[in-house]
Amino acid sequence: MAGSSRGGLIYWLTESRNGLGLIFMLPAAVFLLCLLTYPLGLGVWLGFTDARIGREGIFVGLENYIWLFNDSVFRLSVFNTIFYTVVASVLKFGLGLWLALILNEKLPLKNFFRAIVLLPWVVPTVLSALAFWWIFDSQFSIISWVLMKWGLISAPINFLGEPWNARWSVIAANVWRGIPFVAISLLAGLQTIPQSLNEAAALDGATAWQRFRRVTLPLLTPIIAVVMTFSVLFTFTDFQLIYVLTRGGPVNATHLMATLSFQRAIPGGQLGEGAAIAVAMIPFLLAAILFSFFGLQRRRWQQGGSD
Amino acid sequence: MAEVTIRDLRKSFGPVEVLHGVSIDIAEGEFVVLVGPSGCGKSTLLRMLAGLEHVTSGEIRIGDRVVNDLPPKERDIAMVFQNYALYPHLTVAENMAFSLTLKGAPKAEITSRVKPAAEILGLSNLLERYPRQLSGGQRQRVAMGRAIVRDPQVFLFDEPLSNLDAKLRVSMRAEIKNLHQRLKTTTVYVTHDQIEAMTMADKIVVMHDGRVEQIGAPLELYDQPANLFVAGFIGSPAMNMLTGRLADGGFVTGDGIALPVARPPAAAPGGPVVYGLRPESMHLGGEVPLRVEVVEPTGSETHVLGHIGATEIVGVFRERVRAAPGEEIRVRVDAEATHLFDAGSGARLSA
Ligand SMILES: Nc1ncnc2c1ncn2[C@@H]1O[C@H](COP(=O)(O)OP(=O)(O)OP(=O)(O)O)[C@@H](O)[C@H]1O
Ligand SMILES: [Mg+2]
Repeated sequence: MAGSSRGGLIYWLTESRNGLGLIFMLPAAVFLLCLLTYPLGLGVWLGFTDARIGREGIFVGLENYIWLFNDSVFRLSVFNTIFYTVVASVLKFGLGLWLALILNEKLPLKNFFRAIVLLPWVVPTVLSALAFWWIFDSQFSIISWVLMKWGLISAPINFLGEPWNARWSVIAANVWRGIPFVAISLLAGLQTIPQSLNEAAALDGATAWQRFRRVTLPLLTPIIAVVMTFSVLFTFTDFQLIYVLTRGGPVNATHLMATLSFQRAIPGGQLGEGAAIAVAMIPFLLAAILFSFFGLQRRRWQQGGSD
Repeated sequence: MAEVTIRDLRKSFGPVEVLHGVSIDIAEGEFVVLVGPSGCGKSTLLRMLAGLEHVTSGEIRIGDRVVNDLPPKERDIAMVFQNYALYPHLTVAENMAFSLTLKGAPKAEITSRVKPAAEILGLSNLLERYPRQLSGGQRQRVAMGRAIVRDPQVFLFDEPLSNLDAKLRVSMRAEIKNLHQRLKTTTVYVTHDQIEAMTMADKIVVMHDGRVEQIGAPLELYDQPANLFVAGFIGSPAMNMLTGRLADGGFVTGDGIALPVARPPAAAPGGPVVYGLRPESMHLGGEVPLRVEVVEPTGSETHVLGHIGATEIVGVFRERVRAAPGEEIRVRVDAEATHLFDAGSGARLSA
């Protein structure tokens, strides 16, 4: 290995296992460095400056973060983001799993229904957001109209005009969009569980609930961990839906960290502050990733070989 | 333990009927083997017994209950699946205790039932392992252990040995048989291997294309096959079949070779007849000409492949055959051990 002869290094690079490995990794490493690290690094750097649009910033240390910490709008956006992510993810998981279980049963037109379920995910977000915008319209909302026809309410519901109404409305839209991903992924997971395990459990005297609880669910956990990690990441960083539906309003009630960051940085021109908000999302995302990393670790029963 | 009665059982998948009226009586404590070629409906029948398939028509009784519409969990049946169907996320002990855990049995009772079962099957030091960490034979034993712990009315086995190598299969065969003698639980065992059927069964049910061809004790089927299908299916190597007709109290093949018949049937049909000749009922020295093509000595016996007239014949001789390929030897046929069948219907022409 050592370069004792003149061609030593070249020989090592082209002939040895590690040298070749290094060469083959190089393109990917350069690619990652340019496309991931540079923008990310630039974003982090901006967060420590007072850059504005059209003006190079100077280093201001933690000033942006201290300022944000005392900014009630920012703190509200953190609350909104966590609330939005937790509620929407729980709903997506519950409804998605339920849908997956139904679609896994023998039912007529099974493939047709499976295709239908994918639809909300296939339509561009902006398009479905526009549809929801119309559904949630303060005067022409179809929901209000139906409820009024039934005589359940007397005046249209102001879906996007009241803080809590707006929060629940955007969550509903996000759940509607996110369910297909969860449902189809979990359905794929369900189909990897051999039918004979359920039959064996049925013969062992398990009720339908016990079969789900003691056979299906434990065998599904690895896939649930992957799917929900992605779902949480998508939800936490959601932007399009909110921006089209409410732009963060009313009175910042639906501002998520992502939308607030954009709002401050581009229309508001405060690049440094916007970047700082975006950087503040990183610890939360890292926490989610770490959580899934430990959730994803192969369980003991999945490991083969020695005991 | 219970007796099982199956009456005119039929099963259709959509428009296709795969079981065409099957009736079997299984006595308490009996070891019954369902045997037949692939696709004849053995698994389907077993799954109907277990309650995993819906009954199209007919009746299944376990003990004195008609169980047609009972869900599996109420039938008190344990089944060993062909792929074992062990729960991968549970240890061997948890797998075996699964049914007890479901019932919420106390820990002491679980241990007191799992332990002896594990001992019987030699699993005592594997109890903490997961199924992935076991060999095929060990998994098979865990699957049996799970069934034993249940102490059910009936055991069902669906080709439990088909994934094992030849040697292990023989020893597991003996183990299952042993277990049955100890527990005396009514057992229905499915296989397509006729040796397994012959060696293990109290009673064999030969199935073919969704019908029962014959039910009987192993040697009964061997000595008195009811039709050509059973005759060809039971016994290894398979029975030789020669086509010809009855004449002068004997049998004459199509190419004029006379073969002895013990008791010619009373109503001898004029039409063609099939003469069944077991490979092991031939001996050296006699007057039947056998043209030798291949000689395969196995040590204790010698297999000879050849022709009698135009019919291909397999012979198994206790004697050592020294004949060159192409040579013609003379053999004697044990008339008592031959069988006659109607060539048209395939039914046995009883003496
Ligand atoms: N779910 C099903 N839908 C339609 N046809 C089926 C179904 N299950 C089994 N069959 C058909 O029923 C017949 C009997 O199948 P079965 O599995 O009982 O055969 P088997 O005797 O167990 O064969 P093997 O020895 O290969 O296991 C076959 O022709 C099969 O194609
Ligand atoms: Mg089968």
